[in-house]
Amino acid sequence: MTQNKTYIQSYCTIQNNEIVLNGTSIFKIEPTAFADFSKQAYRNFDINYPKFFKMDSLSKLAFLGAELLLKSKTELNLSDTELTKQTENNTAILLANKSSSLDTDVKYQESISDKENYYPSPAVFVYTLPNICLGEISIRHQLKSENSFFIFDAFNPEFMTSYANTLLHTNKAERVLCGWVEFFNEEYKSFLCLIGKEENQKYQNETIETLYNK
Amino acid sequence: MTRAVYITQTNCITPLGFDVPSNIDAIVRGESGIQLHEDVSLMPNPFYASIIKEEKLNTAFAKVSSKTNYSRLEKMMILALEPIIKNSKVELNSKTAFILSTTKGNITALKNDSPESFQNAYLHTLAQTIADFFGFKTQPIVVSNACVSGILAISVAKKLLQSELYDNVFIVAGDEVSEFVLSGFNAFQAMSNLPCKPYSLNRTGVSLGEAAAAVLVSAEAKDAKIKVIGDSSINDANHISGPSRTGEGLFRSIQNALNEAQIKSENIDYISAHGTATSFNDEMEAIAFNRLEMEAVPVNSLKGFYGHTLGASGLLETVIAIESVLQNKLFVSLGFDELGVSQSINVIQKNENKNIETFLKTASGFGGCNTAVVFEKVKHEFNL
Repeated sequence: MTQNKTYIQSYCTIQNNEIVLNGTSIFKIEPTAFADFSKQAYRNFDINYPKFFKMDSLSKLAFLGAELLLKSKTELNLSDTELTKQTENNTAILLANKSSSLDTDVKYQESISDKENYYPSPAVFVYTLPNICLGEISIRHQLKSENSFFIFDAFNPEFMTSYANTLLHTNKAERVLCGWVEFFNEEYKSFLCLIGKEENQKYQNETIETLYNK
Repeated sequence: MTRAVYITQTNCITPLGFDVPSNIDAIVRGESGIQLHEDVSLMPNPFYASIIKEEKLNTAFAKVSSKTNYSRLEKMMILALEPIIKNSKVELNSKTAFILSTTKGNITALKNDSPESFQNAYLHTLAQTIADFFGFKTQPIVVSNACVSGILAISVAKKLLQSELYDNVFIVAGDEVSEFVLSGFNAFQAMSNLPCKPYSLNRTGVSLGEAAAAVLVSAEAKDAKIKVIGDSSINDANHISGPSRTGEGLFRSIQNALNEAQIKSENIDYISAHGTATSFNDEMEAIAFNRLEMEAVPVNSLKGFYGHTLGASGLLETVIAIESVLQNKLFVSLGFDELGVSQSINVIQKNENKNIETFLKTASGFGGCNTAVVFEKVKHEFNL
């Protein structure tokens, strides 16, 4: 049944100070801290969204990948109203990682460990949840859509593909922004892809597993 | 035709009891697990919370395992799952999935600096520990979406069954009261100085709680307690730490879940709502329910009994709501006195008998997440 077929529309990988969009390296700098890398990437792509600088590293990483994938949609000559119609509601977000929000959890724990120097901050505490990055992407792209965050010890392409397909086949979403966003202690990898029912022959022989491992 | 999905087994471990009947008895008596605690290892000042007694937990755990190296949360989760795995007689093979739902898992492991302890803070490590205890063959799936995690796990199970990857899905949802979470809610000034009072004019915030709940979600109708007929989880796309003023995400989640269930909002008999007793959350829910013309539907929040049990709350409250359906009883929304939201809602003020054919479970949380699931009473066909 052709209606049951889903297609990878585009993908974006961020790791080792480099951003690769649909197989092409679009940004690469010399090894540096993630805070610096993400700031330089933000400037390089002329993103204008000051809230970016309030985010924790996990949210910045997820935000950058989503920005490049959902922005590349704009370049397909859609009018603004068509774009709003397209993005509102219909792009579900399905993300997973290994370390949850542990990078920020550790920072928050440090703020409460020493009773003499006790400074729990709401601005840090809110990022001690992995799904906050889904919220950040949803706010930026006005995606009032299906959202869920999962934890696995390693990228689980079978689960992600099956879950994304169920969202598409049950008409809960028209497209799914799906992937892996892992950040802990300066070690990071983000792999995001857009999956939809629209026919796209570009990645016919590819699966999210082969693209993740590329 | 997509597969029908049922809940066939339930259990919960809470300060009110270590099985479903004892929890229902306590609720019927109007007993709350929320008490005043003075424990400087958790909070510098005295605080109200619903906490499981250590001794009671250890005594119960000793009956299922002689091992002592499990964390509090692990013991709670194992105790929640143990009887339902046994009773179900479901084989833990490649067609049986295991979902663990939690907000903070073993976050208390971070208090200890050792690398071994740090490993336990990983949620997949927690899930594997529980999976290994029972011998699940499939890779555990961890759902971690703040305060909607527990109810979201049911929609995830439903999707897994519909994809036909699995025939049975065991879910355990749990969170414990920790210094980490207490200090965070306190920093947000979201803690109530008295036991929480959902939807009340006199509410001043949340009371935290701890619990574990477990269910078996199955494609098999035999022994079904309830049918899962619609679900949706829509983000507010509005703010990461506060709900939408218009209840947009919750409104859309309920609307989608009702559409999938092919039920009109006026045909819902009962809402088991989130009701954290913060001023913004309860107000947002009242707005969303009114936008759906559900203001007359009896609604309660069980937070007055259990406090906010984070990632456990959605599943725990579903387990109790299923008993409402099976016993045809609406349970009081403990802590409620005078309506304190700007739009009218029908908060349940005393236990009463009512035939319940359908109910709606909702939850909302940080990150702008919302989940709504619609359940329907099972009409068992008897072979006479």
